[in-house]
Amino acid sequence: MNEQAQQHPHHRTLLAAGLAAFSLTAALATPLNPFPQEAQAKDSGDKTTLTVAVAQSVDSLSPFLAQRLLSTSIHRLTYEYLTNYDAKDNHVIPGLATKWESSSDKLTWTYTIRDDSKWSDGEQATAKDAAFTFNKMMTDEGAATANGSFVGNFKKVTAPSDTQLVIELKKPQATMTALDVPIVPEHVWKDVKDYSKFNNDDTFPVVGNGPYVLTGYKTDQYVKLERNKDFWRKTGKPQFDEIVFKTYKDQDAAVAALRKGEVSFVAGSPALTPAQAASLKGEKNIKVNEGPGRRFYAIATNPGARTKDGKKFGDGNKALLDQKVRQALFRAVDTKAIVDRVFQGHAVQGEGYIPPRFKDYFWQPSDSQKLSYDTKAAAELLDDAGYKLKDGKRVGKDGKPLDFRILCHATDPNDKAIGKYLKEWWGKLGIGLKVDCIDDVSVPWYAGEYDLAFDGWSVNPDPDFVLGIHTCAALPTKAKESAATDNFICDKKYDELYQKQLAEYDPAKRADIVKQMESWLYDSGYMNVMAYPNAVEAYRTDQIKSIQTMPTAAGNIYGQDGYWSWWSAVPASSSDSGDSSDSGSSTGVVIGIVVVALLLIGGGVFFGMRRRTTADDRE
Amino acid sequence: MAADSTPALVQSATSDGGPTPVGPSSAARGPRARNTKAYLQYAATKIVGAAVSLFAVLVTSFFLFRLIPSDPVKQMTGGRRVSEQQLENLRHQFGLDQPMWKQFTSYIGDALTGDFGMSYQFHTPVIDKITDALPATLLLTGTAYVLYSALGIWLGTRTAWRNGSRSDRFNTAFALTLYSVPSFWLGLLLIIVFAVGVGPIPGMFPTGGLESGGESGFAYVIDVAHHLVLPVITLVAVGYAQTLLVMRSSLLDEMGSDYLTTARAKGLRDDVVRRKHAVPNAMLPTFTLMFVNLGQVVAGQILVETVFSWPGLGGLFYQALSVPDLPLVQGLFFVFATAVILANTLADILYPLLDPRVGR
Repeated sequence: MNEQAQQHPHHRTLLAAGLAAFSLTAALATPLNPFPQEAQAKDSGDKTTLTVAVAQSVDSLSPFLAQRLLSTSIHRLTYEYLTNYDAKDNHVIPGLATKWESSSDKLTWTYTIRDDSKWSDGEQATAKDAAFTFNKMMTDEGAATANGSFVGNFKKVTAPSDTQLVIELKKPQATMTALDVPIVPEHVWKDVKDYSKFNNDDTFPVVGNGPYVLTGYKTDQYVKLERNKDFWRKTGKPQFDEIVFKTYKDQDAAVAALRKGEVSFVAGSPALTPAQAASLKGEKNIKVNEGPGRRFYAIATNPGARTKDGKKFGDGNKALLDQKVRQALFRAVDTKAIVDRVFQGHAVQGEGYIPPRFKDYFWQPSDSQKLSYDTKAAAELLDDAGYKLKDGKRVGKDGKPLDFRILCHATDPNDKAIGKYLKEWWGKLGIGLKVDCIDDVSVPWYAGEYDLAFDGWSVNPDPDFVLGIHTCAALPTKAKESAATDNFICDKKYDELYQKQLAEYDPAKRADIVKQMESWLYDSGYMNVMAYPNAVEAYRTDQIKSIQTMPTAAGNIYGQDGYWSWWSAVPASSSDSGDSSDSGSSTGVVIGIVVVALLLIGGGVFFGMRRRTTADDRE
Repeated sequence: MAADSTPALVQSATSDGGPTPVGPSSAARGPRARNTKAYLQYAATKIVGAAVSLFAVLVTSFFLFRLIPSDPVKQMTGGRRVSEQQLENLRHQFGLDQPMWKQFTSYIGDALTGDFGMSYQFHTPVIDKITDALPATLLLTGTAYVLYSALGIWLGTRTAWRNGSRSDRFNTAFALTLYSVPSFWLGLLLIIVFAVGVGPIPGMFPTGGLESGGESGFAYVIDVAHHLVLPVITLVAVGYAQTLLVMRSSLLDEMGSDYLTTARAKGLRDDVVRRKHAVPNAMLPTFTLMFVNLGQVVAGQILVETVFSWPGLGGLFYQALSVPDLPLVQGLFFVFATAVILANTLADILYPLLDPRVGR
């Protein structure tokens, strides 16, 4: 059924009916339909619905175009990927592929595709579908929009049989078991004319083979998914019949909707604010879930912006080219105070580049290596670097005072708050700081026109991406042009380690190399990781009885790397729900009174008008 | 009765020449022909002026939004793994690798045929995004417009007529207070009180959105209307004061006029003097304000649409600016400007019919 097309005529009808008519129906609506949402969020007849409040818009429902977290989360639910991640500890587990192996030269990967996965239109999902998906991305510019980087190193992809997929590489790539690409059905997608424009939102239900089937979508309103009864994974299968992602553009309104029971779950973007979390804690039928986040929050320094061929640009402060100065700044930041005062405890103090949640790659400096908070040590480092204290200001050999600018996101209150602390702490050292808060930091950033910047990234279970943004290969080809680089870091030793980890198929050995890279980043002083903000989210216990966090022990629910949260959610039975029926009946009485009062007032006004008109006519 | 409801000034200007000429031939020769010709000339000037303004808006929007320092490609791919090749493809796909003059000429050429290009973030033609979101905005702001204009005129008349009374002071002060309240704050307050429910007040309305989803037919109409209540109340509450104040002050200006004394001397009831003599004349400045507001109906109300997650143009504009999604920003800016220009032109064209002193 084409739900979108079916619902469009409503708009026309409504408009044609006239705006004034609506104001009347608005008043009439209340007594007839007082609780449509609450009924829906819970058990609507024999169908159980889980409603998730989301802040983002869907950018596209095409797996070849979608980049946003919401859209990619929906794709996780509607299409199978070759592999998935275990809910417990993120290790790679089978998805559409049941097993995989690489050749001795590490250049050919063979995946065995399961024979029990069916598309929702009844056709078998095969290795040919996977080969089609990858080949399309390799040959069609438009189809490479979202996930093109995954196939950049692919030489050839073939499907010798329905259950065998062979990928040949140009050079070894350790991320072959973390190809986060939704596999699409060839028989549906082969007819798409322009992959850069097709948004996969014309016909519903959308043919997929994930645990849920995409059945309806209305721009900036909702996305509906229904349980796929034929999904191959039979153990612990989904219990909610339907999942609805409902758009709330204002987070406070989303929290209000949770409080009311209109939605079952709300996550922040990326977390609920400390105030929101505090207000929800202790509330009846609401559970606030706080898990270690997947983000790091750091101060980045500008090590001198440059292009791939070494052309320098930008106006970063030259003093920051000195490692001692960078480390001095590092040591004058009290990360404990930041966690306590700014994040109000909803974060973990930062050190290494990858958050502790990814325990295989988590790294901490040894005691001797540690650049702990110590203003005295920071002052000594500055003295050593030749920036002596003179009339309360640090002055270089050229007589110029040490002043920096820091790029801050105007939309992030944390940046602004920490900016104030930095001003104070570095001010005590004799360093001046100007906090530049702007809406779009990407322009000065990519022009290299900054000294320091508030920086943060979400880390995937496979750390390749966040490590890759500091390699020389990520530098821009042209000055000021957007590129894959984060901070223009380009170092031979780091690059060698990066290549080594990418080619290392032994997980333990690879983790060891990754930690060496983190150690290098820490020592360099280029990246000062201050905190790992927690994921703070909340759900209604009278609607969701239980739900899987990832990792299982103290993990998060929204934006997981698999689909485990929604897959595992168990609806609360009617006996679990609170006293909503009571409040419903008392509400009915109040509404009834309001309606009667409105009718009386309306009637009075109407008769008054009539009387007056008659009197005028008499005159 | 019909003549009674026409403003006094209009009445004297149109009916002073004795019996109204009948038939096309007399109309072509009589004084009305001169008037019609002058009026048509006047209207044509206004329409040409509007067309010139629209073109100026088109040109301005191209350059204006390119002054915002931004890198759309980086914004689009923010937080994602992208290769150099992908970035290059995207720049090419959206024509960002073209020289500025080429981008400009193709923009103007396409825009004149109603094509504002593809949205960077939604991979959809801009015009489709706009036509998708327009009905929601028209429904919300249109309903609010009708209500706050009516309420403003009604209360403005009453307060002016009872100038200085306690109800005048209360109504004016109350309206001014609401007028100065930030709309998003009031919206949030209404959500907490009437959607979630506080104390004995039950949560009666949805917290946001245009519909619950899944309804059809009459149930759908009721569902949308239900969702409409709180955002409309917010817009009316912060919007009616303006109309009230204009109506009040222009009626106060009229109140000392001789024709009202004459009407009263004829023995007409106070109520009739107000409704049929004073109010029609005092309406002229209010009409001007209403036309200005009419143009803004299309632009929606960014903050209210955001608080109530209303899927209209206001929210879309906010999203487009945050990327920035240049084609979408330009398209929306042009639509908003067009609405204001059209409303103003309509006001200019209709005004001589309401007040014959204009346009001669």
